[in-house]
Amino acid sequence: MERALVLMGCAIGAGLALIAGIGPGIGEGYAVGKSCEAIARQPEAKGDVTSTMLLGCAIAETTGIYGFVTGLLLLFVAPGIFLGML
Amino acid sequence: MEISINGAPVYFTLDVFGGIPISATLVVTWAIMLLLTGLCIWMTRDLKVAGISKKQAVAEFLVTTAENFVNNNMGPKWSRYIPFIAALFALSLCSSLSSLLGLFAPTADLSTELAWAIVVFIMITGTKIRSGGVGGYLKGFTKPIFILTPFNIISELATPISMAFRHFGNIISGTVISTLVYAALATANRALFGLLPGLVGDLLGEIPFLSVGVPAVLSLYFDWFSSFMQAFIFCMLTMMYIATAAEDG
Repeated sequence: MERALVLMGCAIGAGLALIAGIGPGIGEGYAVGKSCEAIARQPEAKGDVTSTMLLGCAIAETTGIYGFVTGLLLLFVAPGIFLGML
Repeated sequence: MEISINGAPVYFTLDVFGGIPISATLVVTWAIMLLLTGLCIWMTRDLKVAGISKKQAVAEFLVTTAENFVNNNMGPKWSRYIPFIAALFALSLCSSLSSLLGLFAPTADLSTELAWAIVVFIMITGTKIRSGGVGGYLKGFTKPIFILTPFNIISELATPISMAFRHFGNIISGTVISTLVYAALATANRALFGLLPGLVGDLLGEIPFLSVGVPAVLSLYFDWFSSFMQAFIFCMLTMMYIATAAEDG
């Protein structure tokens, strides 16, 4: 019973942690959209705009990555620790 | 259906300093470092001013690219960082791409990125202290007002952690998703050919026909694009943090 509860908690927690993927999705989409506009306006600045956009996307991605790493920890590491404590 | 995602396997433990585990990460990293060093030595053999060989042309192209990369992003006065940034880029790229050879990618182990991020963090702190002195460095934490000191310390410590986790997360997510896709394709394959009657269906179901081709597209994104992207971003962030650290002081 306790085992089941622990595993259930970890699985639900991992699912909740991956909700963090929404934010970067919206943010990166917005950044890419804006850079498309910028390239359409000034096609000669394509290289600069693209590299700045990629860097911005990478930074916007950070929160999503935190959520993903938390999810991974909850799925692969946490059950071992918590089951060991029982 | 068995799906397993493992960390770096530990081959053996050295009995010094309380036991140092020799894992796949260490072995592959050293192999890549030897490879890169050997490549550098081989490529810079008998350089000429005129009538250069193809090998020297490639070497010159690589060096020029690295110089332009650093000079465009940090400015010409930071040219002493060119070797460091180029080495970091090459190590990161080769580490990520080593998964294509079926080796354990050292970048799929958080220790690797954390080590790089700590090196970069020390360089950032060093640059700050050099440009503003120890007093100026410590005073920088109390800006803009004194109450924000704890938050400044947290944001300072978050720099290496977020750099390490960004690189690690991107590489490991590729590994996890490819593993899941392979498992899903094998299951779909079994279900599809299981529709055939009798022994023929069972036999054909065991041969992963669907695993041919489809994962190649994923590999193109996760291995090639992502590896290159993360190496680029890690170096880019390193350069920007160091350049900003000098300006702040």
